[in-house]
Amino acid sequence: MKDGIVLTMRGICKRFPGVMALDRVDFTLRKGEIHALMGENGAGKSTLIKVLTGVYPKDAGEIHVDGIEEAISIRSPQEAQSYGISTVYQEISLCPNLTVAENMFIGRTEGKTVNWKAMEKRAGELLDSLGIPARPRQQLSSCSLAVQQMVAIARAVDTDCKVLILDEPTSSLDDKEVAMLFRLMRDLKARGVGIIFVTHFLEQVYEVSDRITVLRNGNLVGEFEVDKLPQVQLVAMMIGRELQNLSVIKKESGAASARREVRYEAKQLSSTESRPFDFYIGKGEVNGFTGLLGSGRSESVRAIFGADPVTGGEVTMDGKKIRVAKPLDAMKNGIAYLPEDRKRDGIIAELSVRDNIILALQVLRGMGHPISRAKAEEFADEYIEALGIKTASSDTPIGSLSGGNQQKVILARWLLTHPKYLILDEPTRGIDVGTKTEIQRLVLKLAEEGMSVTFISSEIEEMLRTCSRLIVMRDRNIVGQLTGDELTQSHVMHTIAGGGGDNE
Amino acid sequence: MNKRKSKAAAYLKNSQLLVPLIAILLLVVFNLIRDPGFFSVGLTTNNNGDPVLQGNLISILNGASELVILSMGMTLVTAASGGQDISVGALAAIAGSVFVKVLKSGGSISAPVVLGAFLLCCAVAMAFGAFNGSLVALFNIQPMIATLILFTCGRSIAYWINGGATPTVSSPIINAIGSFIPGIPIPTPILIVILMGILFALLFRFTTLSLYIQSVGINQSAARLNGINSVGIKLLSFVILGACCAVAGMIGVSRLGLINHETLLINIEMDAILAVAIGGNNLGGGKFKMIGSVLGAYAIQALTITLYAMKVPSTDVKAYKAVVIVLLVVMGSPVVKEAAGRLGTRLRASRRAGAGKGAA
Ligand SMILES: Nc1ncnc2c1ncn2[C@@H]1O[C@H](COP(=O)(O)OP(=O)(O)OP(=O)(O)O)[C@@H](O)[C@H]1O
Ligand SMILES: [Mg+2]
Repeated sequence: MKDGIVLTMRGICKRFPGVMALDRVDFTLRKGEIHALMGENGAGKSTLIKVLTGVYPKDAGEIHVDGIEEAISIRSPQEAQSYGISTVYQEISLCPNLTVAENMFIGRTEGKTVNWKAMEKRAGELLDSLGIPARPRQQLSSCSLAVQQMVAIARAVDTDCKVLILDEPTSSLDDKEVAMLFRLMRDLKARGVGIIFVTHFLEQVYEVSDRITVLRNGNLVGEFEVDKLPQVQLVAMMIGRELQNLSVIKKESGAASARREVRYEAKQLSSTESRPFDFYIGKGEVNGFTGLLGSGRSESVRAIFGADPVTGGEVTMDGKKIRVAKPLDAMKNGIAYLPEDRKRDGIIAELSVRDNIILALQVLRGMGHPISRAKAEEFADEYIEALGIKTASSDTPIGSLSGGNQQKVILARWLLTHPKYLILDEPTRGIDVGTKTEIQRLVLKLAEEGMSVTFISSEIEEMLRTCSRLIVMRDRNIVGQLTGDELTQSHVMHTIAGGGGDNE
Repeated sequence: MNKRKSKAAAYLKNSQLLVPLIAILLLVVFNLIRDPGFFSVGLTTNNNGDPVLQGNLISILNGASELVILSMGMTLVTAASGGQDISVGALAAIAGSVFVKVLKSGGSISAPVVLGAFLLCCAVAMAFGAFNGSLVALFNIQPMIATLILFTCGRSIAYWINGGATPTVSSPIINAIGSFIPGIPIPTPILIVILMGILFALLFRFTTLSLYIQSVGINQSAARLNGINSVGIKLLSFVILGACCAVAGMIGVSRLGLINHETLLINIEMDAILAVAIGGNNLGGGKFKMIGSVLGAYAIQALTITLYAMKVPSTDVKAYKAVVIVLLVVMGSPVVKEAAGRLGTRLRASRRAGAGKGAA
């Protein structure tokens, strides 16, 4: 193997029933580089990584690592670990009911006995050095998704690793946490670790990585140096055509939205997880909650949907008083909610794509009125087509779809119920650039047809592009509402951080 | 190659029904080699002068009835709650006791009385099922632990119901339920099983129960956010199992014409759980195929009858059974399935390579 190369993969093939996930893909990783792996949803990024880490056996191809003459075969993540290959998977795979420290060291303690004290001490040091806001003895489930993600990273880097793989590590982190992670990545890079970085955020790729490998439909498009590949070209290579200009997306003006009839209104609504707040949305309006992670934006929309036990408040829908105590009440009143954590709250992993798509509609129709097989088939095919869901068939279990495609299925599930009020919590998480704009476009189209949409996203630009009104939250309170000219990046950031721009 | 045949083969290969079908097939072949006439079915006349079917095949199908019915209900509980109910035997004893109690309380045993007795024992068993279910669904107690309560005290409750006696009932109606309806040569328990099967098929066809149960079993949190009442669904699965216990209890009592609370369907809970497992259902809940459990139950019964036919002493039967069951369960485990799949791929590849060389 050439000098300075820690890993090469040659001619990797992997077939799943009905799909060729990888077709003769090559990949090379050098010492001390951050190498971005890019491609649309379902391009094969996660599969390539799972082949590398022994989760899936490969059908063909060779893998070489630095320091070993012949091709190696990796049959399990433990074996990968022994070659110095550590991974943080796309879907967090820790144990929520263990403590942070246990999660960091479980299955990796030397010898038979566990020295709890030493383990906790070591965990504490590591968390500190990485700046992760968690205590070793804290139960993992009590941490936010972002912190859980960082614990997973801490777990991976703690071993003597030569290759670190991060599969969409930033999709649930806010800007500050992303910066923190990047600092850590550069640190490791300086120590000579080769990092494989999978993400759908183009800016992040250009910020940290040195090289980019692009996949499309399981095929290798090529390997490029970052400075030599303009962003537009990268996107064109990923999706195989030019991306439509984003400026075509045109949201309505703030003035127009002010004239709208009120669709949904809540007064002093509170749940076990959220403080009392006032909120309304007009017919055909798109508004959004923004704020740092943990500011209470997700908890607020969960209260609207009755996802957490509601403790008080008055709610009206189209002027009529309604009672929302549980999700079914909200659904019956035409409210739909796409949850933030797709793996925990969204997908029914072993069920087919079809069953996952019809689930909410089926529940609305009631237990005695099953949707016929033919009808379900029709609904599923319609939305698979409309949203471009990549799946072998509508019979495929949703758990075997790529992350982004799972998200589209959940979106399809709620669109199928034709809600009057659609709440989307991070709908574009893990979705590729092309589809992201399509979803934004879809949101605006639905609004034009009269649907009200509340949108939450960690990406402020995305919110600015679609929302005509932004509700800013800080420390679980609403601290401002921005409309019209106030909807600029700097203004929003300012309000979030607690500077001026408040309407209070 | 015949395309349709290979398609069916591919379906079976990936199907969870493979293991119970193989098990049944092996038992059939084994018995036929041992005794070519083993499965011959004959028509004879019973004491009442009615024509009835007879033979080992019939006694397997007949004898498995209670187990099949219980494993149908157990499948649902397993899928919804991710755990098993170990109190089904005890609950069937309670139901049987209630059944007999009602029959003994009145004067003559007429059809309406029997129907009333059945409905009451059903209601009682479903109430106990609801008790188990609420421990599981409302208090989040592990199903095995929750049902341990009734497992422990259920047969005592059955004892109290009839004041400690083991009363006998004799009536042509009870006889018809336990053995044959005059004029119909098929044992009634088999007919009841078919009826239960039809009932479940209709339930799955005309309600969304199976979708809800699977959703709750796979991802309770997501099911709840889609408006499914997961507490209600778990509870319902236990209530349905309760009804199955009542039916099984009634059959058991009618076979003997008496209720023995100590021995009625004793140890059947383990066989019912095994039937679910052999049927390829995940004991951790989620997706299920009831037909798998049914085949599993028949496989277990076929094994038992085979062992008895081989004159294995009844004290040893359990040990033999254990060996076979270990084999079956291991055969159905993901590890073995994967290994078999890999072997198949390699065999096919080498065959293809060989064919290629032959052509060149
Ligand atoms: N276990 C599996 N069984 C069947 N098909 C699978 C399985 N895992 C992945 N696939 C299929 O392989 C293809 C590649 O999926 P993969 O998860 O690698 O995509 P990805 O590039 O990571 O996409 P995303 O950006 O959405 O995460 C998809 O079509 C997917 O449906
Ligand atoms: Mg992926």
